[in-house]
Amino acid sequence: MIPLSHYLIVGALLFAISIVGIFLNRKNLVIILMAIELLLLAANVNFVAFSHYLEDLSGQVFVFFVLTVAAAEAAIGLAILIVLFRTRRSINVQDLDRLKG
Amino acid sequence: MTSLTVLDLWAVAPEIVVATLACLVLVIDLYIRSERPCALAYPLTIGTLIVGAVISLAGLYDAPQLALNGLVVRDGVGDVLKTGTCLGTAAVLFYARDYAQERGLWRGEYLVLALFGVVGMMTMIGAAHLLTLYVGIELLALCLYGMIAMQRDSVRAAEAAMKYFILGALASGVLLYGMSLLYGLTGSLSLAAMSQASATLSSESLPLMLAIVMVVAGLLFKLGAVPFHMWVPDVYDGSATSTTLYLSAVPKLAAFAILLRLLFSGLGGWIDVWQDMLAVAAVLSIGLGNVVAIAQTSIKRMLAYSTISNMGFLLLGFFAGTAAGYSAAMAYAVIYMVSTLAVFGIILALTRSGFESDLLDDFRGLNERNPWLAFLMLTVMFSLAGIPPTAGFFAKLMVLQAALGAGFIEVVVVAAILAVVGAFYYLRVVKLMYFDPPEAGTLKIAAQGYRRATIWVLTVNTILLIAITPWIGEMIDFIASSLVHLNLS
Repeated sequence: MIPLSHYLIVGALLFAISIVGIFLNRKNLVIILMAIELLLLAANVNFVAFSHYLEDLSGQVFVFFVLTVAAAEAAIGLAILIVLFRTRRSINVQDLDRLKG
Repeated sequence: MTSLTVLDLWAVAPEIVVATLACLVLVIDLYIRSERPCALAYPLTIGTLIVGAVISLAGLYDAPQLALNGLVVRDGVGDVLKTGTCLGTAAVLFYARDYAQERGLWRGEYLVLALFGVVGMMTMIGAAHLLTLYVGIELLALCLYGMIAMQRDSVRAAEAAMKYFILGALASGVLLYGMSLLYGLTGSLSLAAMSQASATLSSESLPLMLAIVMVVAGLLFKLGAVPFHMWVPDVYDGSATSTTLYLSAVPKLAAFAILLRLLFSGLGGWIDVWQDMLAVAAVLSIGLGNVVAIAQTSIKRMLAYSTISNMGFLLLGFFAGTAAGYSAAMAYAVIYMVSTLAVFGIILALTRSGFESDLLDDFRGLNERNPWLAFLMLTVMFSLAGIPPTAGFFAKLMVLQAALGAGFIEVVVVAAILAVVGAFYYLRVVKLMYFDPPEAGTLKIAAQGYRRATIWVLTVNTILLIAITPWIGEMIDFIASSLVHLNLS
């Protein structure tokens, strides 16, 4: 039996990787989209682990909803990426400078 | 697990009706072609929103009711906010039509996304469970990303959509991670069960603090408060003005609702953990918003920073954690929505094809070009600046009073001083309109047809900000009575 803490550590690691991926990445927007997916998966790992540990199914149901939302989010993210590439001919993060930010 | 009853369906009737009619609008726009864009879809959309408002209002005095196995709650505060959401969105689309038509944005999808965004906001408002809260937040956010990116040929809109998407997804991810920790700590996803867990779980616990910090960070992002405000100016500036109006005005009601549901109904027992965070965010928002707004040359960016400072004021009422504070914050959200509708409505009424009217200089000498719109703008600016006898003054007064009543004297003093700083940039717009000559080559604004009707509605919208003054006490009592069953001390 693997204790709960192991799952939580995996979740925390995924969370940390994705945050680092979003903030340190200066080149490619696709990597940011991947990091966002990873962020949602980190939460999912936590939900499933807690759900098993608490013997309560509602956490696993939540994960289904999160997966659905993540799919919609990825679709919209890629669509915006294509719009951006059409107008800009680049998906470099550093080229996003038309607005002052 | 109980089976579905008619009563359950009545509790979510506004959401069901708006979602169903939104699908209908989508199909009708696809199959029924007309000469003008959205000739049928537009009146149907406005009708949908009015029906949604009526159904929300119909249950106003019913006893609060948990429905769908505790996923949603239908109560007075929810009904008031849902009505405001529907009517506010109807006004948004009414103001937006001419502008969006001239820029090729006025398509069925735009209206359908706006309607689904309303469903998202209503889901957030009625949430009694982390699942509905999260799904509502995401439904609204995904619709907003789509609406911004619909202006496909604009480089600025694409960039604004991308920035909003990345930061928005990051914030929801952090919020979700916080929710997962809360689930583990309290053993439940329902907000009511979560608040019961506060009896046994000490607020000193480190994992709990981490979870609350993450949840609060996600909420502050959705609100656009410092230190998570970076997206606000860019998104306001980069989006088409009609979309800016949609995303700046009405979602603030839903943002207030999720603060109330999650922080008060769910995490109310740990108020000492989130109170200080909100206090710091409130003061920083008011300070940064008001100071940076002075340096702007674009009125959309200026209003973006004004939003940041206004959200600071909303938090100021909220963090007090008293009944007076919550009703002051809710009144603030409503009055803020009405002022924002008016100010962006006026900007939209001044635009023509090829002329965005989004620079402060475009307002020079407006009094000579169109005295009535200049007067309406003056009224809104006074209200946003908080000058009596406008509603904006009373909104600020009540929020400061509530924070004072809870004993946060230093915070109130700082906020009041910063509000005076903020008055400068609102009054500068008034100075530009009344005391500066119009720029050469600008035309008098002629209004006919639809635009004339828009100006009538704008007039009602703006005059409301003054006309409400004699009844401001009744308005507060009404809002307080809608909040009363939330078991406020």
